[in-house]
Amino acid sequence: MDQCKVNSQHIELSDLPTSETMLRVHSVESFGSVDGPGIRFVIFLKGCAMRCQYCHNPDTWDRAGGNLRSVDDVLSQALRYRSYWGEKGGITVSGGEALLQIQPLTELFHKAKDLGINTCLDTSAQPFSRKDGRFSAFEALMKYTDLVLLDIKHIDNDAHKRLTGWENENILDCARYLSDIHKPVWIRHVLVPGINDDDESLHRLRSFIDTLSNVERVEVLPYHDLGVYKWEQLGIPYKLTDVKPPTEESVLHARKILTE
Amino acid sequence: MKKAWRGFTGTKWLDEVNMRQFIQDNYESYDGDASFLEEPTAATNKLWGMLKELQKQERAKNGVLDMETEVVSSMTAYGPGYIGEGTKDLEKIVGLQTDKPLKRAFMPYGGIKMAEQACTTYGYEPSEKLHEIFTKYCKTHNDGVFDAYTDEMKLVRHNHILTGLPDTYGRGRIVGDYRRVALYGVDFLINEKAKDLRNCGDGTMTEEIIRLREEISMQIKALKEMKEMAAIYGYDISEPANNAHEAVQWLYFGYLAAIKTQNGAAMSVGRISTFLDIYIQRDFKEGTLTEKEAQELIDHLVMKFRMVKFARIPSYNQLFSGDPVWATLEVAGLGMDGRSMVTKNDFRFLHTLENMGPSPEPNLTVLYSSRLPKHFKDYAAKISISTSSIQYENDDVMRPIWGDDYSICCCVSATQTGKEMQFFGARANLAKCLTYAISGGVDSKTREQCGPAYRPIEGDVVTYEEFMPRFMDMMEWLAGVYVNTLNLIHYMHDKYFYEAAELALIDTDVRRTFATGIAGFSHVVDSISAIKYAKVNIIRDETGFPIEYKTEGDFPRYGNDDDRADDIAVWLLKTFMDMIRKHHTYRHSEPTTSILTITSNVVYGKFTGNMPDGRPAGAPLAPGANPSYGAEQNGLLASLNSTAKLPYEYALDGISNTQTISPDALGHNDEERVNTLVGVMDGYFDRGAHHLNVNVFGVDKLIDCMEHPEKEEYANFTIRVSGYAVKFIDLTREQQMDVIARRAHGSM
Repeated sequence: MDQCKVNSQHIELSDLPTSETMLRVHSVESFGSVDGPGIRFVIFLKGCAMRCQYCHNPDTWDRAGGNLRSVDDVLSQALRYRSYWGEKGGITVSGGEALLQIQPLTELFHKAKDLGINTCLDTSAQPFSRKDGRFSAFEALMKYTDLVLLDIKHIDNDAHKRLTGWENENILDCARYLSDIHKPVWIRHVLVPGINDDDESLHRLRSFIDTLSNVERVEVLPYHDLGVYKWEQLGIPYKLTDVKPPTEESVLHARKILTE
Repeated sequence: MKKAWRGFTGTKWLDEVNMRQFIQDNYESYDGDASFLEEPTAATNKLWGMLKELQKQERAKNGVLDMETEVVSSMTAYGPGYIGEGTKDLEKIVGLQTDKPLKRAFMPYGGIKMAEQACTTYGYEPSEKLHEIFTKYCKTHNDGVFDAYTDEMKLVRHNHILTGLPDTYGRGRIVGDYRRVALYGVDFLINEKAKDLRNCGDGTMTEEIIRLREEISMQIKALKEMKEMAAIYGYDISEPANNAHEAVQWLYFGYLAAIKTQNGAAMSVGRISTFLDIYIQRDFKEGTLTEKEAQELIDHLVMKFRMVKFARIPSYNQLFSGDPVWATLEVAGLGMDGRSMVTKNDFRFLHTLENMGPSPEPNLTVLYSSRLPKHFKDYAAKISISTSSIQYENDDVMRPIWGDDYSICCCVSATQTGKEMQFFGARANLAKCLTYAISGGVDSKTREQCGPAYRPIEGDVVTYEEFMPRFMDMMEWLAGVYVNTLNLIHYMHDKYFYEAAELALIDTDVRRTFATGIAGFSHVVDSISAIKYAKVNIIRDETGFPIEYKTEGDFPRYGNDDDRADDIAVWLLKTFMDMIRKHHTYRHSEPTTSILTITSNVVYGKFTGNMPDGRPAGAPLAPGANPSYGAEQNGLLASLNSTAKLPYEYALDGISNTQTISPDALGHNDEERVNTLVGVMDGYFDRGAHHLNVNVFGVDKLIDCMEHPEKEEYANFTIRVSGYAVKFIDLTREQQMDVIARRAHGSM
C-alpha cells in the first residue's frame, strides 16, 4: 500500500520548504475511520460539478466560499492527529470533488509523502480525462497517492447521467487507468433503492470490477437521508423524497453480488 | 518460610509488609490472547440468575429491596448471610453486608438524621431506641461538622457554590490493602500494628501523638473483629491464605469489613488482579485448580462486588445517581521495570462482563499504556464495544507519580495502595464563581451576598481587563473558604467516623492527599474566551442585576484543539490549583485537584445562572473535563487533543473525560472497530491524557431505553458517565436527557 512512500519518518514539516499554495476547504474531520484504512484526518474540499440526486453534502457543490487555507496550514493541523494513526491511518482528501483542486492537492500529497504520511483520495473521478494537461496532472497526483477511493454511482451510462448529470465513460476509464498503473483502489457504491439496486446493474458493475486488477475492496454504502436538511437550507428541491434507505437484506444482497 | 508461602520467591516481603515487592517478585506476565477463557459454571449461572431476580424485585420496590432499622452495622452485627436458601455450598466466595442479599445496613455514624431519613424515604420506620442513643449519648460526624461550621461556610453550602461536601455521609476514597489479609494473615498484621503502637511517640503527649495512639489501637481492634467476622462464616483468617480459593476469600473478608463499617461515597476494591493471579498460577502448577475453577472464583468475587449497597437519602442520589458504590478495581498497567503487569487474571476480570453480562460495578478500570500487550488491548476494546462498562486511565502519566502499585480510590483518582489515604473534597463550582466576579459576589439564584462584596462590573460590556482581576479575587476567596471547610469536615470525620478497618490495612505512617475539585470547567473556559475574543454584553434586570449575556461575534471554544481556547483551560487549572496550595491543609495533607463531576453536573447546573459562553441558566454543566455540548466542531480527536493538553501534574486527583462513539463511526466490522478504538486510545494516552470513559452505542438505543425501560434487554444496560458506570434506567429522566443531548461522535 505504501509503495510510493518516501521513507522519511524523521522529517518534520518545518524541515520542508514552506508552501503557500491555497486550498479551498469546506471542513475537516479529525476522526475519520470509514474513509480509507485506519484512523484518518479527512479534508473536505469545496466544489463539485456532479449533481447526484442523493448527495448528502450539497453545501460543497459551489466552488466559491469555504476557507482558503495554505497547504502547510492544513498539513500542520492534520499532523496534530498523527499519534492516533498507527501503522495504517493518515489523511484522506474528499469533497466536494477533490480533483477540481488538483494542483494544490498534489502539492499537499507530495508534502505528506515527504513526511511519511499515508495519503488517500476519495473521488468520483468526474474531472478525469486522458487529454494532455489534465492527464499529466493526474499522473503527477498519483505519484503521491497511496490509495484511491473511487465512487462508481451507476454502471449504466444513461442512468448515470440521469442520477448525476454527467456520463460515466471517463469515470470507468479512470478505473481502467488506475488498474493499468496498479494503483490500489477501493470501489465504493452508494446503494439507492429503485435507482441502482437492481440485480442487472449490480451484476454489470461486478463484471466491470472483475476486469480490474487493482481493487482491494468493494464497499456498499447504504443511501441515507441525513443530508436532506442541507438541501432545504440551500433552497434546492430534493428529488428523492420518496426513497427510503435500503433494507439490511438488500444491502447484504448487493454486497454478495459485488464482493463474493 | 511459612507453608502458605511455598513456591513464592523473594525475601524483602517476608518479615515486614511489602506487597509491591511480593507482586514484583512473583507475577508472570501474559501476552497471549483471550482464547483460554472459560464459560460460566452451572453454579455461577444459577447464582447470577437468582441475583438478577432480586435486582428486578429491588427495582420494583423503588430501588430498595430491604433495609435494616434495628441493628447498627458492624463487622459482627449479623450471623452468616447467603444469596439464597441452600446456596451456601454453591457460593465459592461468601459474605454479605447484612443477613440478606441486597439488604441495606443501618449506618448512623456519618449522621443519624441521614440514616433515619434514608429509612423513611423508602417506607421504613427507624428505631426509636437507636434515635435516642445517637442523639443523646453518642455524637455523629454530621453533628460535629455543623457545631463547628462558620456562618460563611453555611452560606456557601446553601448557595451551592460548594456542593456534595462529605459532611452528611462517609467520605470514602480510602482503599484498604485487602491483599494483606491474604498474604500475611491477620495475626501478622496485628503484630505489626502492635509494634507501631509501641514505637509511637517519644513519651511527650502532643495532640498528634495522642490521636495517633488512639487510632492504632482502634485499628488493632478492627483487625481482631475481622477475624471474628470470618469465623462467623467458618473461616480462620489469622494465618495466610494457603491457596487461590483462600486468597480470594481472605481478600474479600478484608473488603467486607470495610463495607460493613463505612458507607463512603467510594469504596474501591483496589489493584488485586495481578496479585491474585500469583495464587492461581501456583495452584495450576500444583494441579489443584483448573481454568474453569479459577474463572468461577473471579466470577463469584465479582458477583459479591455487584451486590454492595448503601442506604442513601434523596439529595445524595441526585448528586450521585444510579446507586453507585465505586467498587473500583484495576487491571493491567506496567511495572517500574517496564514489564507488562497484565496476567491471565486481568482477562478473567474483564471476562466477567461476558459471563454475567454488563454491569456498573465493580468499576472496572484498565490502567492503559500503548505498550500493553496487543492481545490485551484488543480484548479490552472488544469488551468496551460490547458492554460500555470499562474505563481507561493512563498508566504512563500515573506510574511516574504513584509507582506501579497504586489503586484508583474513587472514580479516577490514584492512591498508592496501602501507603496513602485521601481526604475527599467534592468540588467548587467555578462557573458560579465566574458569575460572582461580574455581580460582586451576589448569587443570581438566591440574590444573597454569598461571596465577598467586591466591586461588580458596572458597564454594559464585560471587558477582559475589568473581568480578569475580579475573577482572580473571587477565585482566591473561594479557594480559601473551600479548603477550610474541608479541613473542618475531615477533622470531624477522623473524630467521629474513623475508618479503622480500612486504615488497619494501610501503613501507620500514612501519606494523605487533600482532594479538591472543579465543576463547570468548560463553561468557565469558553466564557473567558468569549470575554477575550468576542463582545459580551450584559443584560440587566430592573434592579440592575446582571441577569443575562448577549455575546456578539465568534470566539474559540475548548474542545477543538484550538490553542487560543485550550491555553485558557490550562491557565485556569494551574491558577486554581496554585490558589488551593496557598492554604493550610489538615494533617499535613498534600493538596490536589480534579476536573471530575460524576453525575452532579446536572445538579450544579440547576443552581447556576446564565453564562457568557451562551449556557442558559439551569442547564446541566458539561461533565468533568468534557468540552461543552455543541462546542466540538472538528470531531472526536480534536476534542480529545484539547483535553489531553491539561497537565495531569496539576490535577493529580484526575481529569475525567467521557465520550460516546457510535459503532458505525468505529468501522464496518468487529475487527475494524477494535483496531480503531485501540488506535484512538493509543493516540490519546500517548499525548499524556489521563482518563477516558468509552461508550459505544447510537443515540437511538438511549432514546429507546428511556422510553421502554421495562424491556428485558435494558435491565443491565450500562453506560459510562463521568468517572463511573451506571445502569441507564437508574438515572433520573433529567440526567437521561442530559446524556442523550451530548451528541454521539459519528461521521456521515
